[in-house]
Amino acid sequence: MVVGADLGSRTIKVAAVEGGRLVDFKIAESGYDPHLQSLKMMKGYHPSRIIATGYGRHLAKRHFADDVITEIKAHALGARHFFPHCRTIVDVGGQDTKVIALDERGKVLNFQMNDKCAAGTGRFLEIMSASLGYALSEFGFEALKGKDDIRISSMCTVFAESEVISLKNHGTPKADIAKAVHISVIERMLAMLVRIGYGDAVVFTGGVAKNPAAVNLLQKRIDVEILVPEPPDIAGALGAALYGETETVKAPAGCTD
Amino acid sequence: MSGKDYTEMWKGLGLNLENHAGLLGVLSKTYKDIYLNQKNRPRAMDYFDFVISEVHGLRIEEILNAKKTGRKVVGAFCVYVPEEIVLAADGVCRCGCAGAEVGSDQAEKFIPRNTCALIKAFMGFKLSGLCPYVESTDLIVGETTCDGKKKAYESLNDITGKVYVMEIPHMKTAEDRKLWLSEVKRFRDRMEELSGKKITVEALKKAAGVVNAKRKALQRLSRLRAAAPAPISGLDALLVNQVSFYDDPLRFTEMTNRLCDELEERVARKNGMAEKGAPRILISGSPMAIPNWKLHAIVEGSGAVAVGEESCIGERNHRDLLDESFSSMDEAMDKLASRYLGIDCACFTPNNERFDNIKTLTKSLKADGVIHYALQFCTPYMMEAYRAEKAVAGTPFLRIETDYSMEDFGQLQTRVEAFLEQIKG
Ligand code: SF4
Ligand code: SF4
Repeated sequence: MVVGADLGSRTIKVAAVEGGRLVDFKIAESGYDPHLQSLKMMKGYHPSRIIATGYGRHLAKRHFADDVITEIKAHALGARHFFPHCRTIVDVGGQDTKVIALDERGKVLNFQMNDKCAAGTGRFLEIMSASLGYALSEFGFEALKGKDDIRISSMCTVFAESEVISLKNHGTPKADIAKAVHISVIERMLAMLVRIGYGDAVVFTGGVAKNPAAVNLLQKRIDVEILVPEPPDIAGALGAALYGETETVKAPAGCTD
Repeated sequence: MSGKDYTEMWKGLGLNLENHAGLLGVLSKTYKDIYLNQKNRPRAMDYFDFVISEVHGLRIEEILNAKKTGRKVVGAFCVYVPEEIVLAADGVCRCGCAGAEVGSDQAEKFIPRNTCALIKAFMGFKLSGLCPYVESTDLIVGETTCDGKKKAYESLNDITGKVYVMEIPHMKTAEDRKLWLSEVKRFRDRMEELSGKKITVEALKKAAGVVNAKRKALQRLSRLRAAAPAPISGLDALLVNQVSFYDDPLRFTEMTNRLCDELEERVARKNGMAEKGAPRILISGSPMAIPNWKLHAIVEGSGAVAVGEESCIGERNHRDLLDESFSSMDEAMDKLASRYLGIDCACFTPNNERFDNIKTLTKSLKADGVIHYALQFCTPYMMEAYRAEKAVAGTPFLRIETDYSMEDFGQLQTRVEAFLEQIKG
């Protein structure tokens, strides 16, 4: 068994694989001590190797992981496991948005990642849902009920929040604002997708892919199929584990230095 | 940071002693973490470690002693300012370091928030009384390169009263060259007036020799970095380039050549600083003023090696020599104008030379990838990044926009590591 641990900014995901098959996974809040939390989640597993990815990967390496890979590579491997021919991946997590382009064998050709700011990320949605008084889990469902005739124009989280507040004060229905917030996130993703180019289908991973409005609105704006793995947020952990398996197999034969 | 107590000297310069002690503390800690922790460094880096430990000490003392003998101190923030003219008037030239996030709150009283970190830093250093160099200068030479600098110099002049601005054309036509030539002459006259000394052809010749020798030493360092494995880390090479802007030129040249002698031996013995097979990265873009070591630290901390800087703290500063074969003042001015107008700063249009240079460097340094570095809000370099990517099509290319803060360290680390994974395949 090989385990992949994805230590994200909001949640930790662990996935266990055996012979290229996903045998178990867990998802939990990161908490104050992400590495202790990860260890707790892996209790009962007996892995031959642990590969870490995500923001906390170096922390994990210091404490328990055998090796690390970046989220980019991990999501690429994970997405290919669910959809073996996919060439384009959008991953929207708590802290950042990534768009990854793969070649036909699954190798990363190019990627885009948002710069410093939080706009267009899961964190942005979280801040906005709080400001509108929605629970994060209902935010997407409510947004779907909204009309889409208003827009949030600011790209900056701080300014976008004040826009939301002034819309509220104008008496704009909550659901309409919620929809506008989602649209602004989708616009960001689209801009990155267009910049990098996309093929026949786009795989949508990460926590935000659980949000029905995000998936629905992205699908409306793009002319290719949006594929969402189930569950979408373990793609990174799964990819890390799969990487660990291939590396173990490869190591004795192919290791030259 | 250093052994000797310079408190009186700093007080005399009007520095804010408390803030200043804090700054030196942070600098020395960062230096230790980033630099002194590197393995297998060339022995000759000792000198540069020493310079850093005395950055606000011995070098300032030297400068102040020079001032006592009547020499003038000139500060600049751009590689367009002709150092030869300063030296020919027996002046001391040094470039402002504006590579740390200091006093941005103070700076924001004069310039908007969305100004590049470099401009914010030179305003911030001045306003928070932290830079002994700025305090000891007799003249600060600005230039009309980017809009941000142009406007910031107006405020800097309001505060210091010491700013002189050279007009840099933004194209390279015959008319522009004429303008630039007259600006070079005007600067010569200003330096004569400031120093009370006549600038002679002989003095210019001597200065040209000194500055060219410095450039040659830096060129030699650049060439040595083309070896595989690279004999020196990008961090160390960047530091040498940064130090070249404020050290005494003769001593700097000697010490850099000494470093290069050692690197030559290393190359012969194939003793690399980086591990075998470490991806080789060319860094291109906005200048990295001392102590801005952020990107190099990330790149090299992720197992790659930076083999070149296509930047003003790097190639753009030393790539071209001044043609020393002049025998009259007119000829000297003409050659100086040509040398400096050749610089391929992103403030020019068109600026195709820069893309050719990036291509050439990628090849000659055997770079596996190019990271384009732009300071946030540095429009000229942010814009050129797109054409730079096209110029080296086929070579992995990563475009980064950042500033001096450490907020995005994790994000940058992820992007750089993913870029290296992409290179390794
Ligand atoms: S980038 Fe341009 S403006 Fe900035 S120092 Fe270099 S030449 Fe001067
Ligand atoms: S880094 Fe860019 S914006 Fe900043 S001073 Fe230099 S050219 Fe201007």
